[in-house]
Amino acid sequence: MTPIRISPSSLREGRWYEYLVRFALGGAATVLAGLISSYFGASVGGLFLALPAIFCASATLIESHEIRRKREAGFSGARRGQQAAALDAAGAALGALGLLAFALMFSVLVTTSIVGAFLGASAAWLVVAVAAWMVRRKTRLVRRNTGSAEQRGPALPRSR
Amino acid sequence: MTEYLIRFVVGGVVVSAFAMLGDVLRPKSFAGLFGAAPSVALATLGIAIYQHGVDYAVLQSHAMMAGALALAIYSVVVCQLLIRARLRALPATLLTLVVWLAVAVGLLKLAGGAT
Repeated sequence: MTPIRISPSSLREGRWYEYLVRFALGGAATVLAGLISSYFGASVGGLFLALPAIFCASATLIESHEIRRKREAGFSGARRGQQAAALDAAGAALGALGLLAFALMFSVLVTTSIVGAFLGASAAWLVVAVAAWMVRRKTRLVRRNTGSAEQRGPALPRSR
Repeated sequence: MTEYLIRFVVGGVVVSAFAMLGDVLRPKSFAGLFGAAPSVALATLGIAIYQHGVDYAVLQSHAMMAGALALAIYSVVVCQLLIRARLRALPATLLTLVVWLAVAVGLLKLAGGAT
């Protein structure tokens, strides 16, 4: 069974100004990448195509949503908020591997087909990011099961 | 001016779309993948090809590889700061931007990237 699911109700947790902030940050990051390319050249500008500006906003929002939810239940929620943001960061590290695949695939394909480059690179991002996430999840599950099996002792009692 | 307005709107729309996708997906570590979605790249590379041609976009995508590796390191450092140093998300993500910039520029120099 797939562990990935969709939770549309999460959209209701967001406030309208949070979406506005993300829109503005996304726009600003894109303008910044363009400005830096104009002043410092394509290579330095290219670095900023992987700028974590949006991640800063996402992690902060996730933390504040988690804190708000916990406060409504009567808890402080600060630690829970940090943990939720940390989980988001762990996912972003794996997504960055997909971003590497995106850039590699785009540079290879764009000389032959522009549309093909965008489609191929986007598919490469999705496949690599999801594969990396699944490998990490499986590794953690195996490690957790091994740890708990060691705590329980041997599965079969030793004969004396 | 019009070019930068177009960049702002296209960038804002693409980034918001990926962010909303990340909002509705669970578990949270999977949704985190969308924090490193190629949103700015999708908005920028099309304009780069239109304005400067394919070779310019190839140069940008080569440099983007260094930026992506720096992003992976950045995310791991942020994760550690949140869990071990117990920093809040805003200071952790903003302070670590220095790490991202240093690693990205360092990798670009190592790869012999021209400015």
